[in-house]
Amino acid sequence: MTDLTSLTIAAAREGLKKKQFSALDLTDAYLAAMEKARVLNAYIVETPEKAREMAKASDARLAAGQGGALEGIPLGIKDLFATEGVHTQACSHVLDGFKPPYESTVSANLWRDGAVMLGKLNMDEFAMGSSNETSYYGNVINPWKRNGSNAALVPGGSSGGSAAAVAAHICAAATATDTGGSIRQPAAFTGTVGIKPTYGRCSRWGIVAFASSLDQAGPIARDVRDTAIMLKSMASVDPKDTTSVDLPVPDYEAAIGRPIKGLRVGIPKEYRVDGMPAEIDALWQKGADWLKAQGAEIVDISLPHTKYALPAYYIVAPAEASSNLARYDGVRYGLRVPGDDIVDMYEKSRAAGFGREVQRRILIGTYVLSAGYYDAYYVRAQKVRTLIKRDFDEAWNKVDVVLTPATPSPAFAPGEITDPVQMYLNDIFTVTVNMAGLPGIAVPAGLSSDGLPLGLQLIGKPFGEETLFQTAAAIEQAAGGYRAKKWW
Amino acid sequence: MSVDQKTVKRVARLARLKVNEEDVPRLAGELNAILGFIEQLNEVNVDNVEPLTSVVTMKMKMRKDEVTDGHYPQKITANAPAQDDSFFMVPKVVE
Repeated sequence: MTDLTSLTIAAAREGLKKKQFSALDLTDAYLAAMEKARVLNAYIVETPEKAREMAKASDARLAAGQGGALEGIPLGIKDLFATEGVHTQACSHVLDGFKPPYESTVSANLWRDGAVMLGKLNMDEFAMGSSNETSYYGNVINPWKRNGSNAALVPGGSSGGSAAAVAAHICAAATATDTGGSIRQPAAFTGTVGIKPTYGRCSRWGIVAFASSLDQAGPIARDVRDTAIMLKSMASVDPKDTTSVDLPVPDYEAAIGRPIKGLRVGIPKEYRVDGMPAEIDALWQKGADWLKAQGAEIVDISLPHTKYALPAYYIVAPAEASSNLARYDGVRYGLRVPGDDIVDMYEKSRAAGFGREVQRRILIGTYVLSAGYYDAYYVRAQKVRTLIKRDFDEAWNKVDVVLTPATPSPAFAPGEITDPVQMYLNDIFTVTVNMAGLPGIAVPAGLSSDGLPLGLQLIGKPFGEETLFQTAAAIEQAAGGYRAKKWW
Repeated sequence: MSVDQKTVKRVARLARLKVNEEDVPRLAGELNAILGFIEQLNEVNVDNVEPLTSVVTMKMKMRKDEVTDGHYPQKITANAPAQDDSFFMVPKVVE
């Protein structure tokens, strides 16, 4: 019998339909693989009993000739999503013991379509990080290693557990979230596909809030088709999130395989940043060549405010975070450290509960919002954001999609980047997309000289996800897939 | 603009974060590095530019002003570190 964990969602869907194996067989195969892969620390909580129960229910539905789009497909859920009765802590100490009495809309949509939950996935604390090193539950190890080296590498972040679990085949696909690059950067570091949809495409209800005007949920999966299948189920219009947009969810999978002849692909000159490794530049060129060979038209464009996206982000995101994280006070949930009085209790609980990076961002956010600085920082950053969005609005007159590298480098080692600002530079190519609310997809496109996956990013018009899947599939077809060699 | 140690303590107080005296110089350094990075926004001409309030143009959704949820205080207080009879328990606030 083939290893069931090697099947994509699309292949598993076929096998289940043809009764080649049961949903329980599939789930058991993943649970066994998870047990063997604990060294990766991708899962912080495994939910085998729940998974088997859900798989059995899927088998009953399949036997009755019923079943949703993800019937019996085993998934991992990022710890940022509220899962009813199951550990949900955004990988923070401050949420110790929190078990939500409700389910996030995105995960509820997945269960509605028949998916099976394998467990909760590791991540940077409150999604603040680019290497999964800020998690209270420890680092995630990237399934990939440099050629001829045994040294551990980071999986990227903040959705590091999601990306590592998908790359290691210990879930069929995973949910993730992206505030500045947290889906696309780890996808690029692990040779997986990740899409951040347009702001408002997925409901944010039940997702622990980081920066509300930037946060979006999306999937990480093994290939473009599986990513499209996942997003179709995750996306919805939700009365519980007033920023979810009233547009029908298209059949994303149908976009895969559509010819790209005549598609106008923009190459923004501002993404050719100083000090960018030659192999990243070469990969970018190769991506453009692949698309051109399939009939696309390559157009040079300019997005002049690109370099200001990251500094503006480091005002907007911490400002919103400092406000969103005000709720963790040791009263309603999570960690409480006793104090001399109530304020002392708040201060001690928060100091003990939040990690260093989170505290840093709360302080920056509080500072830029404090009296006398609001206009100089926050309002100016939001004005810059208007200019970033305007750059894209103008680009859409000339092109249908924009092609860029996904990250400025391949995966690095834990502890290699200690300067916060250096770490922030990981998101230099992805953050503009969040600032403008646009959809972006990272797709594997090659290997670095030392054998690590590298990704390309495609940026689309608002609600242009179908064009992204269509174009990403064209890159995937030319580049082929990448699989980490199993060492665990 | 740069922050001094006094400002770090004031901001930490505003943010309700207990900061140890010995950590203040390190925090001031880190905050200044980030603020230095942010400083480049001053190069941008933002005259006559409106701040972005929504990335997707949409009309604010309205619904009837009515109770649609509730009546389960036990569920709401179930996660509290200290609770009694569906009330959150906190240290004494009023003498």
